[in-house]
Amino acid sequence: MAKKTILSVKDLNVKFNLRGKILHAIRDVSIDVYKGESLAIVGESGCGKSVLNKNFIGMLDVNGFVESGEILYFGLNGTEAPGQAVDLAKFKKERDWLKIRGKEICMILQDPMTSLNPLKTIGSQIAEAIRLHQNLKGAELKKAVIKTLEDVGIEDAKRRCRQYPHEFSGGMRQRVVIAIAIACKPKILICDEPTTALDVTIQAQILGLLKELKSKLDLTIIFITHDLGVVANIADRVAVMYAGEFVEIGMCEEVFYDPRHPYTWALLSSLPQLGVKGKELYSIKGAPPNLFKHIEGDAFAVRNPKALKIDFIEKPPFFDITPTHKARTWLLDKRAPKVEPPEYIRNIRCGKEKRG
Amino acid sequence: MKSREVLLDVRDLEVAFGSRRKKFVAVNGVSFQIYKGETFGLVGESGSGKTTIGRAIIRITPTSRGDILYKGEKINGSISKELDTKVVSEIQMIFQDPMASLNERAKVDYIVAEGTYNTKKHLSKSERAELVENSLIEVGLLPEFASRFPHEFSGGQRQRIGIARSLIMEPQFIIADEPISALDVSIRAQVLNLMSKLQKERGLTYLFIAHDLSVMRFISDRIAVINKGVIVELAETEKLFAHPLHPYTKALLSALPMVDPKSEKNKKLLVYDPKMHDYRTDKPEWTEAEPGHFVLCNKAELKRILGELAV
Repeated sequence: MAKKTILSVKDLNVKFNLRGKILHAIRDVSIDVYKGESLAIVGESGCGKSVLNKNFIGMLDVNGFVESGEILYFGLNGTEAPGQAVDLAKFKKERDWLKIRGKEICMILQDPMTSLNPLKTIGSQIAEAIRLHQNLKGAELKKAVIKTLEDVGIEDAKRRCRQYPHEFSGGMRQRVVIAIAIACKPKILICDEPTTALDVTIQAQILGLLKELKSKLDLTIIFITHDLGVVANIADRVAVMYAGEFVEIGMCEEVFYDPRHPYTWALLSSLPQLGVKGKELYSIKGAPPNLFKHIEGDAFAVRNPKALKIDFIEKPPFFDITPTHKARTWLLDKRAPKVEPPEYIRNIRCGKEKRG
Repeated sequence: MKSREVLLDVRDLEVAFGSRRKKFVAVNGVSFQIYKGETFGLVGESGSGKTTIGRAIIRITPTSRGDILYKGEKINGSISKELDTKVVSEIQMIFQDPMASLNERAKVDYIVAEGTYNTKKHLSKSERAELVENSLIEVGLLPEFASRFPHEFSGGQRQRIGIARSLIMEPQFIIADEPISALDVSIRAQVLNLMSKLQKERGLTYLFIAHDLSVMRFISDRIAVINKGVIVELAETEKLFAHPLHPYTKALLSALPMVDPKSEKNKKLLVYDPKMHDYRTDKPEWTEAEPGHFVLCNKAELKRILGELAV
């Protein structure tokens, strides 16, 4: 397959300095993001999804630092180095980041109310982004603002760009945030739980809009969420994250119909959509591990009732299942005993066969 | 079915905010009954008035018309002090956001025990401490958590504290206002399990308010769908999912995220447009389309719905 890599993360380690103690938030993460795909990163809160993505736009909190590893970005086609990779992990100065942030990689945050300025009109907030990156002025700028608003499906854009955020509903506000993000035609759009604060019906509309924009503007979307229903809707590829590392990466169908890592099993079976009424819903025991300490072996082993002995001693490597699907669990080793996935997972698989 | 005891009876309830010129009717003529021991779900988009109904039942929001009967007694409007005390202790509420609903400056033992300072004044210090301990154990927390502050807990644990706070009053009826929307997937399952365990042990009745139908399907016995302050459909859970009748319910169901990439990527979104109803001459009525399945429709629509059901 001729997939072009646009962003490549190699053995990234991110640590935080908290009152003298070191917290190891991202542990040896490697992933390639291909041009034009939508990649979903799934995991519980506190597993490092947002921290990983903040690295891509230089928004890491001041006490956080990249200890080792590379983040290579291939999308830059400026005059300096066309088609050449830039290592975002080496960026230190704010001036460097201004070339990337907003222009090349953009981020949409969870709560549209907190990411918009309540004192400025919608139009001026979008204009700000366009003026900074495209140097438009006057009537031209106004035209561009109205066009972006129309792009994200806001009707009567001429009137609405003079309104303030409080005059918009939650879904409309999220559309405005998306408008600001795409105003400078970025290549990668990072969506950090963009629909968690929204209703189901509005959520479906926003997902539809993102899909439409993706094909229209040739965007690459990185989608961070803990809602697997949303993932099933939008993602081409899914990466499951646990305790600061990826445990399973695969195409959307592969991860949903044939999950291999016990953590993916646990996540899927705890969904109320798959639960049977009157029966207890599966819930993951315990809490995610403490990242201040060094983790021996498989981080999920402590919470996994079917963990093998080796899970506590040695960290499993990635095993390839298909060329696009890999998982980090000893269950895939050829010496491992055969462990059947839980009942719910088999139900999803049966559903697949029924549909053909 | 007919012999089931009605715990809560809401009749033609209207809640309006503001007065005269700026009057806004949030809940408009809502009627439903909740039977003892069941879980009754109330689903709707934000702004549809579902939380207002919950708040009207526990007397936070005053009603402007209609009756709310709890065990046959009217509990809205002005009532006697004894009844007020009874209602306040027997009906409890669990709130949506566990981060916002707990007093940041109070310790857990005070938060949990707060209700008893008003209703069970005769309790001694040690008796009260024992009550707190019992209700903490019941929701799966350790008794020693009583001396900590809310900020020391995770979202799931905070929600458990919220549940413990309502349990200490020995309620019979709990209004759960989106108790799991603000929680993580894995924690959601834990809180849902806890709620259904408590229901079995104590014979509780729930009014479960949410916007997510997939959770509703798992927990509710009957579901009412509410849109713009009006209930448009009410049925047993499985009937509602098998044959949604009102176009708004259909739109809600079509927006449900399913955990299946193939059907999810090919799904068609239905959009509800209130203009699709022609109510100028033919006013809509609350009709029973099949046993136990009510829908708001006029005569022309009823004909079409019955046709759909016959197939």
